[in-house]
Amino acid sequence: MNFTLHIWRQKGPQDEGRMVTYDARDISPDMSFLEMLDVLNQELITKGEEPIAFDSDCREGICGSCCLMINGVPHGPERGVATCQTYMRVFEDGQEIYVEPWRARAFPLVKDLIVDRSALDRIIQAGGFVSVNTGGAPDGNAVLVPKTHAERAMDAAACIGCGACVAACKNASAMLFTAAKVAHLALLPQGQPERRRRVRNMVEQMDREGFGNCTNYYECEAACPKEISVNFIAQLNREYLAACLDGSDE
Amino acid sequence: MKLDPRVPSGPLAQKWERHRFEMKLVNPANKRKFRILVVGTGLAGASAAASLAELGYNVESFCFQDSPRRAHSIAAQGGINAAKNYQNDGDSIRRLFYDTIKGGDFRSREANVFRLAQISVNIIDQCVAQGVPFAREYGGQLSNRSFGGAQVSRTFYCRGQTGQQLLLGAYQAMCRQIRAGRIHMHPRTEMLDLVVVEGRARGIVVRDLVSGQLQSYSGDAVILATGGYSTVFYLSTNAKGCNVTAAYRAYKRGAAFANPCFTQIHPTCIPVSGEHQSKLTLMSESLRNDGRIWVPKEPGDRRPPNEIPEEDRDYFLERKYPSYGNLAPRDIASRAAKEVCDEGRGVGPNGRGVYLDFADAIRRLGEPVIRERYGELFPMYQRITGEDALKQPMRIYPAPHYTMGGLWVDYNLMSTIPGLFVLGEANFSDHGANRLGASALMQGLADGYFIIPYTLSDYLASTKQTPAPTDGPEFKRCEAEVRERIARLLSIKGKRSAQSFHRQLGKLMWDQCGMARSEQSLKKALNEIPAIREEFWNNLCVTGREQELNQELEYAGRVADFLEFAELLCYDALDRDESCGAHFRIEHQTPDGEAERNDEKYAYVSAWEYTGVGKAPILHKEMLEFEEVHPSVRSYK
Repeated sequence: MNFTLHIWRQKGPQDEGRMVTYDARDISPDMSFLEMLDVLNQELITKGEEPIAFDSDCREGICGSCCLMINGVPHGPERGVATCQTYMRVFEDGQEIYVEPWRARAFPLVKDLIVDRSALDRIIQAGGFVSVNTGGAPDGNAVLVPKTHAERAMDAAACIGCGACVAACKNASAMLFTAAKVAHLALLPQGQPERRRRVRNMVEQMDREGFGNCTNYYECEAACPKEISVNFIAQLNREYLAACLDGSDE
Repeated sequence: MKLDPRVPSGPLAQKWERHRFEMKLVNPANKRKFRILVVGTGLAGASAAASLAELGYNVESFCFQDSPRRAHSIAAQGGINAAKNYQNDGDSIRRLFYDTIKGGDFRSREANVFRLAQISVNIIDQCVAQGVPFAREYGGQLSNRSFGGAQVSRTFYCRGQTGQQLLLGAYQAMCRQIRAGRIHMHPRTEMLDLVVVEGRARGIVVRDLVSGQLQSYSGDAVILATGGYSTVFYLSTNAKGCNVTAAYRAYKRGAAFANPCFTQIHPTCIPVSGEHQSKLTLMSESLRNDGRIWVPKEPGDRRPPNEIPEEDRDYFLERKYPSYGNLAPRDIASRAAKEVCDEGRGVGPNGRGVYLDFADAIRRLGEPVIRERYGELFPMYQRITGEDALKQPMRIYPAPHYTMGGLWVDYNLMSTIPGLFVLGEANFSDHGANRLGASALMQGLADGYFIIPYTLSDYLASTKQTPAPTDGPEFKRCEAEVRERIARLLSIKGKRSAQSFHRQLGKLMWDQCGMARSEQSLKKALNEIPAIREEFWNNLCVTGREQELNQELEYAGRVADFLEFAELLCYDALDRDESCGAHFRIEHQTPDGEAERNDEKYAYVSAWEYTGVGKAPILHKEMLEFEEVHPSVRSYK
């Protein structure tokens, strides 16, 4: 297969960026999108040109490193997959493909297709945990968890922290990311003692980082490689409202 | 170099408890005076960093990824073992201990493995308390499954994402400590050297991967939790970024490297599809619970699988191992697959694959049950191969997955350099010559949550150290060496990329030192590696500059280390003139092709001492003594 690629190149945060056109020839349909970029990069290196910088690590859709906007869609055309699990057979031979970084104020660009997503880490640092030290935990079966709650908590906990939800949202909102962690812990008995504090602190941090608000476009759910439901955002809103009304654990 | 395993005396079951009492403690008020450097944020590194910070130590944590949440532990699918015996099916600490020792083919230290089995039960409790959403029964209790050749159900799991959930638990515990100011997190930062001052590990030299700046950090102890080295084979199930550099740098500074030849090949991976391939994808071992593995009886039978009648199929695992069948341990299943492919009976475009067939299970249980049981795995297979494994058999082939070898550590997880501790896959302890399924997560978390907090305090309390400022001569010398090496990589300006050398090395290692090894193949590899290394240092092309984000430069440094490390791996495989666990020397097999161990001569841990690039390393032996279990022939027939 052959493709015409238009790829965002930018040397650093202070430099001007632009789209550069490359030809990708003799691409196998069995290649992943990132392997196609690997092939292109190898060509660039042998020509003495600088390869395209992009993040990737596990290449099986779980680490959340890869983050490409492909033809305007985070992680590309297929639903429920990360960029690394997008295979070239989903494109048409001869197609033009536009590749850009995630674009959001809270994700400053580092180089080419790499952005800084540490704002997401700081949201978790604000409260996305259970305050329990190592040691002294009760027996695992001492606290029973209904299967349905555990399953639903797992649905939320599946988030890989890639930031596709932010990239997809016209408000660059991190509500789906934040909601996934808030809901995961609010659904489990272990998360109850800090339930109110957690949601308040995480939402405040989210606002401080410069993420926008949710206006119910649901683009985040459509882009999420783990197909995390926007219903969790509804739960986040309920949790936040309850926490603001109830200051008992301040 | 002297190897002192420092295994405590007394009965096996009481060693750890007794040792914990005998170890010295650091006064709570004094803990904050110590600074601990933790490299790596996988299960072992993250759990160690969080636990030490909770105790009051100042922790500096480093990872090369953009966030500590992305370390490769996250990709572990299957589960984590613990001897809880919740299922009342006869499990116990002693049984988990025995299974692990036997699975490791009697090449691990009894005392370490017993401690691991003891601690396993605490890990589950800790993770539940953190909010890890383990699978549950309708009554609300934790659910278990049996996994990877175990006859009891002791594996705890979170769908097919157990590693992810355990890592996020440890990551969240870290986040809490980062917020509290007790962990300083350094993402996108790669350790490039270890600084040893007066014989003790006192610091590291790192490169900020965004600015390209080199920087030194000084500490009272250094903890490496930097994972395994399967990517020495280029293609493996590991993440692209996994590498041996941190461990190898420590080895060059005097830490012994143990059992490097014990590399595990996982039987159920998606076969290689072409030259472009960047990594191999694991299909969970749990598929072997319902899938039947077969190849055509006749070599060269190219008919599509559904046209091959039952009598022309060879269900080779069921035939050779009637009692374990398709659930035979990883090394055994992998070698059997290689064997039938070598006979020309392999399937798929390049003949390197075997079928994993669900047709019988679908007939028995119905398609919806199979689809539900394996969730994401069938769609994942279809995305990668374009084939629907519910309609035609899956194709699988073994791939490098986990490395049991690693830096040598004593019972306290300290290497031969005082003050350098090594945790998780990066050390050699616990798994012997072969790791059982669902045991890697257990070991990483045991080391980080429950062992290092005790053994580190013992080291700090019993060691008098003077400050080691980063402007001291040892730090300056080390920084200069790192800088010179980077300059050298950039100055070659040759024609070939780092990837092309990595691929070349990987192929050589896979062919000559992979699933089956011989004296001849290992000597061939030892002969060819220096030539590749020579060409690398004369014909490498690294684009860009030092003082910027430069992924080619990062990669070239890692490949350079693999080009030295690969030799060490081959030396070890050559020395170990026996077959055991994942290490299979074709000279040593029973008439029916099973691994033949030689306990008389090789019941030892090989610990190698560095002597120089291209020079043969020096072998030190830690003899293994078995007080409780009697090494027996590992039979899964």
